[in-house]
This record gives sequence, structure tokens and C-alpha cells, in this order.
Amino acid sequence: MDNYTALAIDLGIVLILFAGIWLFRSPRSARAGNLSAALAILCALTAVFYRHEILEPRIVLITLAAGSLIGSIVAMRVTMLQIPSMVAFQHGAGGVAAFLISTVELTRGAELAAVAHASGLLGLVIGAATFSGSMIAGGKLSNRIKQTPVFLPFHNGVLVLLATAIILLCALSWNAPEYGATYVAGVVILSIVLGVVFSIRIGGADMPVLISFLNATAGLAAAFCGIIIQNRLLIVCGATVAASGSILTHVMCKAMNRNLANIFTGIKQPQNRGAAAVSEAIAEPAPLDDAPPQDPWNTAIEALRSARFVIFVPGYGMALAQAQFKVVELSRMLESGGAEVKFAIHPIAGRMPGHMNVLLAEADLPYDRLVEMDAINPEFARADSVVVVGACDVVNPAANTAEGTPIYGMPILEAHKARRVMVCNMDTRPGYSGVNNTLYANPNTLLLLGNAAETIERLIEGLKK
Amino acid sequence: MTDLLIMLSVLFISFIAGYALISKVPALLHTPLMSMTNAISAVTILGGLLLFAVETTAVEKVLGALAVIMAAFNVVGGFVITDRMVKMFKKNSK
Repeated sequence: MDNYTALAIDLGIVLILFAGIWLFRSPRSARAGNLSAALAILCALTAVFYRHEILEPRIVLITLAAGSLIGSIVAMRVTMLQIPSMVAFQHGAGGVAAFLISTVELTRGAELAAVAHASGLLGLVIGAATFSGSMIAGGKLSNRIKQTPVFLPFHNGVLVLLATAIILLCALSWNAPEYGATYVAGVVILSIVLGVVFSIRIGGADMPVLISFLNATAGLAAAFCGIIIQNRLLIVCGATVAASGSILTHVMCKAMNRNLANIFTGIKQPQNRGAAAVSEAIAEPAPLDDAPPQDPWNTAIEALRSARFVIFVPGYGMALAQAQFKVVELSRMLESGGAEVKFAIHPIAGRMPGHMNVLLAEADLPYDRLVEMDAINPEFARADSVVVVGACDVVNPAANTAEGTPIYGMPILEAHKARRVMVCNMDTRPGYSGVNNTLYANPNTLLLLGNAAETIERLIEGLKK
Repeated sequence: MTDLLIMLSVLFISFIAGYALISKVPALLHTPLMSMTNAISAVTILGGLLLFAVETTAVEKVLGALAVIMAAFNVVGGFVITDRMVKMFKKNSK
């Protein structure tokens, strides 16, 4: 096969891949898009078998079959709540593959051009760090490790030290190819430690940023891997994924009004001054239990019964309580009673980008009810009732007013503008940001505390009567 | 060397093209998008296969086999789970 034919085939594969992403613009064509991307990878795989003689066909076929089998079994069994951790673990698997391939290529003793050598080292470092970072992220997301951020003494110092040591080892391996394997092993170990130290400090609501970032680095590792083995398909796919991860990271940061450097270096905005400001703010309105006019449950049920327009605001608490099925049931009931129902989705609600949409789609909510923040915010003022289910920071009006707090300036869902707000959260403790939610103290807010699934069930029962 | 420069340009151009395409994906589909791109990034499987296109030592065989298993897990698992997710997105049936 001459070079031009090979190039034409590769271009064809890239076109199939890009067509797949193109089809992802709408939920209707997304399934075809995913299949198209899978087809592109399958073609790329076939092309490799066609172009190269594989000297160990037995090893290759057995490992391919084993990996695919485990992959499909796990993918069929995983629940939608587990998706974030599953995706994180998969980023990790991609990282492992990238650094193993780089390891073999670098230690093979073949003459490498400078760019290839550098790419190999980058693939090694990024792949290994992505692997360990993803394992930590996956562990946190599946609750195998505590979700709260872990701070080491001199955390940033440790990171800088590790990075310097890695760069030093890379430089040494450059000039002493005869010790290649030793240096490569050193780089891998240090990069794995780097990944761990980097990600243990990130937790809770910052997880969507971390997981998006790891998506980008997994792609980048694949792309560098592609440069060292001189395979353009690998480079194209890797770079596309890196672009996707970068976009998602950017979207997440913007939605939290935080910059990436702050999240990754552990800087939270000055908290002391802010905390004081908020406690003043929250002290002003009379606490709710002062003189509750009547049972909040009855008030809530009556309000829902007469509501013409209801907006639900789901958050991670809904996922934790597995309340999405009950929430959708309630929304159906309201709709069959003639009310208009919408779901307001904050970009960072949940533990990964778009998490809420998947959970609600699983509960059979038609996707045209899911509305993004910018589109839904002008509508809150005309809503009769807003039902907050397990969301806190994303509806906290303090983000607009409490200067100096970690969430100041973060765009929020303006639930407080609605006539009536029902908060179906576990408790009134602040969300991940640690800032008290001033929405709870609003006179038109009803606190229906407890497990969200049970709370919603109680509302459903009440409406049936 | 020119080959490598071409490779770097391929990297750069694909990043731009990918960026343009993916900016069009609605936030609604961000979870399946990440899951799908995750599967795509497992094209490293090609690299794993190519390791076996030349003579390999025992250590290289083990590392290569591990790389292929991981990448195959990632690629198949990623596409299957994405398919499960996007299947759930339904327009109102009423």
C-alpha cells in the first residue's frame, strides 16, 4: 500500500470520527454519533492489522478479547449514579495504556529523534499522572476514599519538588540512554506520586473540574504517544479529546467563577471576612422556626396543587438519595394537573459535567424539560413554585451579595425570585463552598428537610389526597 | 525530522478542529460527550498493537499486553456506556 492510499484511508477514518462528534450536537442524533466514533476506532484498528504484521497474534487477540469483555461487562452493569467514577477509572485506564506504550518505546534502544524522545517523555509523565490522578478521582467519586480535600503540609511545595525531580530525571535520561530503563521507571513512579498529590486536594463540588481536566490530559497523553510511534490517527484522536476536555474544564470553571489555577493550587478566596459578612446577612431575617404560620408540608402541597408553573432545581443531593425517579413522578403529576414544569440545570450540579441530565433522562424525563441556566433564569420570576432537590450552592443568593466569600460572583439559578421556594435538602448546612445559604432564610422559602426521596414521596402522597 | 514537524502540525490542527466541533455540543450531552471522548482517547490501543509489530522481549510482552487490555477495556467500555446513556435521552413521547 503506498503512502497516498494510507493517507486517504486515515483521512477517511478521521472524517468518520469528526462526523460522530458532529452528530453529538443534538440528543436525537447522539446515538448515531457515538456509533460513528466507535466505527472510526474499529476502522483504525483494522487498518493496523492490515498494514503491519503482528508478530504475537495470540497475545494480541487474547488481550484484546479480555479487555473488551471486561469493558462491556462493567459498562452494562454500572448504574447512572456510578457514571462519574466509572468515567474517572476509564481515564485512568487510558493513562496506563499511554505510559506503558511510551515506556516500551523509550526503552527499546531505538534511535529516537529529539521531538519523538520529548513526546515519549511527555506521554510517560502525563499518562502516569493521569492514571494515578484518575484513580484518586474515581475513588473519591465512588466513595471509596473520603470526598473531602486532603491537604498535606507544604502541599504546593511538594508539587513543585516532584515536578522539578521529574524534569531533572527526564533531562538525565536524555544524556544517558544506556540507563534509559532506570530513569524511565523513576519518571513513572514520580509522576504517579505527582498525580496522587495533585488530586487528593480537590474534592466535592470541584470534582467536575478535575474529571474534565483528566479527560483533557488522557487525550494529551494519547496524542504524545502518537508522536513517538509516528501514528497520525493516534495524534488526531488524542488532540480531539484534549480539546474536548479543555472545553469542559473551561465551562466548569466559568460556571463556578473560579480560575483553574486557584482550584489546582488550593487557593480559596479569603474566607474569614466573607464568613463574617454572610453570618450577618443570615442573622437579619427572622429564623423560620420563630413563628411558622402553619405546617410547611401542607403549605407546600397546597402551593404545588395550585401552581401553574413549577421549576425543579436538582443537585447532587438528588443523586445521592436516588430521588430522580420520585422527582420525575412528581413532575408528571403536576403536568397531568395542567401545570407547566421545567428543570433548571446548573452546569456544575452533580459530580461531572451534565450529570443531572443523565440521571433525569434515566428516570424517563423528556429532555426538552431540561433547561440550561442562562435560558431558565429569566423564567424564575414567573414561576409559582420552585422545588430545590438536593442543591445548595447553585441557588445561594449570597453568590450575588456576599463579597469575599468563595462563591461570590458565581452565576446561580435565581430560585429566590420565584413566588414560593421549597427546599427538599437533607439539612440546612452550607454546601461545598461552606457559605451559608441565604435562600433558606427567605420568608417565601419552605424547608422540607430530610432524605429527598422520602420528602418527594410525601409531597406526592399529599397531592393524591 | 520533517515527519515529526508534520506530526506536530497534525496535533495542532486536530486540536483546533476538535475544539470547533465540540463547542457545538450542548451542555445537555456533556456527560455522554466526556464518556465518548474518553473511549476515543483509548486509540492508544493502536500503539499497544504496534508494539507487537517488531520483536519483543519478555518484559515488553507483559507491558504491551497490559497496555492492550487497559486500552481495550477503555475503548469498549466507553462506547458501550455512552450508548446506554444517549439511548435514554428521549423527546416527549406524548
